[in-house]
Amino acid sequence: MTLERFLTKAVTSWMNEEGPNSEIVLSTRIRLARNSRHHTFPTLFTDEEAEEVLTKTKEAMKGQFDSLELLQMKDLQDLQKRVLVEKHLISPNLAEDTAGAAVFLSENEDISIMVNEEDHLRIQCLYPGLQLKEALKKANELDDKIEEKFDYAFDEEAGYLTTCPTNVGTGLRASVMMHLPGLMMTNQMNRIIPAIGQFGLVVRGIYGEGSEALGNIFQISNQTTLGKAEEDIVEDLLRVVHQIIAQEKSAREALVQTSGIQLEDRVFRSYGVLRYSRIIESKEAAKCLSDVRLGIDLGYIKDVPRTILNELMILTQPGFLQQYAGEGLKPFERDLRRASLIRERLEMDDSQLKGGTDL
Amino acid sequence: MVCQECQERPAAIHFTKTVNGEKTEVHLCEVCAQDKGKGLLSNAANAFSFNNLLSGLLNISPVVQQTNQAQQQSEKEALRCKKCQLTFSKFLKLGKFGCPECYTSFKSELPPILKRLHSGNTVHQGKLPGREGGLIQVKRKISELREDLKELINNEEFEKAASVRDEIRSLENEMNNEGGAQS
Repeated sequence: MTLERFLTKAVTSWMNEEGPNSEIVLSTRIRLARNSRHHTFPTLFTDEEAEEVLTKTKEAMKGQFDSLELLQMKDLQDLQKRVLVEKHLISPNLAEDTAGAAVFLSENEDISIMVNEEDHLRIQCLYPGLQLKEALKKANELDDKIEEKFDYAFDEEAGYLTTCPTNVGTGLRASVMMHLPGLMMTNQMNRIIPAIGQFGLVVRGIYGEGSEALGNIFQISNQTTLGKAEEDIVEDLLRVVHQIIAQEKSAREALVQTSGIQLEDRVFRSYGVLRYSRIIESKEAAKCLSDVRLGIDLGYIKDVPRTILNELMILTQPGFLQQYAGEGLKPFERDLRRASLIRERLEMDDSQLKGGTDL
Repeated sequence: MVCQECQERPAAIHFTKTVNGEKTEVHLCEVCAQDKGKGLLSNAANAFSFNNLLSGLLNISPVVQQTNQAQQQSEKEALRCKKCQLTFSKFLKLGKFGCPECYTSFKSELPPILKRLHSGNTVHQGKLPGREGGLIQVKRKISELREDLKELINNEEFEKAASVRDEIRSLENEMNNEGGAQS
């Protein structure tokens, strides 16, 4: 498969389109957790019950969501599942379960409805850039339509009942993926993360383990799901995100003013590594992609699309690399493939522009 | 120590798992750990620590409870969901409910847990499902009006009380009709 064809299949709208505030906010996600009133939660249910929930869901979706494609986990190969996980369309949990585990996907992959994950239903909307209100509106529409034929477990006091008490009430998790190299370089994240915690929000690195956030990419989401209306949860998150955007912008300005040439040097060094290296580990690739993306935002690099960071962060994950290679790869082979995929991708833009960069 | 997977590079990641006193040790180099970790180590370790954290959260202040722990323990032991048979202590351990009915069965124990998890909140303020939501709204209105009615009677404002009573009646009728139409 050529890289171009692979990309048209692999890249989805939220990865390669720009949305509002997309210089800092990469993508927005809304998730609603819902359960059937008549069935045991996935914690305890039998395989028969799981199948029944799937059948009920199919019935509820019939006629309304015919554009969504149903993928059942039992029909997928491990590698295919892994790719869906890396695209954030399904969770690792769903990929492991087999009985009745499935996902409904829209063609451009902005909608994914997981069946029989931790909850019976997880309705997700993924949009590029900062579009919390728009994504919530879409998720609510989907929720309303499903509810017409699907009996939700709902309690007057506790709200929508969920398997885990951390999701009860609205069942809403709103999250925003942000690229924050300025705040990282100026050592401000350590101060910001605990401050955000005080607003019922939580910050975590989305790639990489523990406190390390590969590619300076952070996910900010609400922790509290009970006692606050959906609109207020989203509003509060939005307010904090706007503050972080402002702080990131001023950190970038300060960096340009105090050490502009060092920053430019760093950006172009990373660009050089991505363009010419033959072996690259995911950690180094993430660092360089983050630098290049910052360089594009600051105008140092002109002929590379902004969405390269988001796109290549996902495409250089092990599952994708193996799918592109069409075979399983050992870690070292992946590092070779990763380097060549990045090189090809960057060259592709050159040939498309028919000029090449002024490097 | 050499990595037990590739037998080449030095082991950098050491993972010890103890289940029911049975100890399993895994020693891997970074490369193999990353490779394995995607499916195995990191997930297992993550799930482990998250569940621990959660059940830690759910088991509120064990120190205070220690005095009459034995007694409380047996009470919690006895508390069991009527529908799915999950015990309350199992719920604490899992950090997950077994079925929608658990919320009713464990109702007496839930407020402190929900408060902890949701910044002090215990009552849903958001969206109501379309079909039964209407009924719940009417119910909410009726209970508000009943409070008003009590106060009016206490204040001997009988004329106003009568009109509130009529309003309650008409809402109740509406509710019964809707309920009838639905079922």
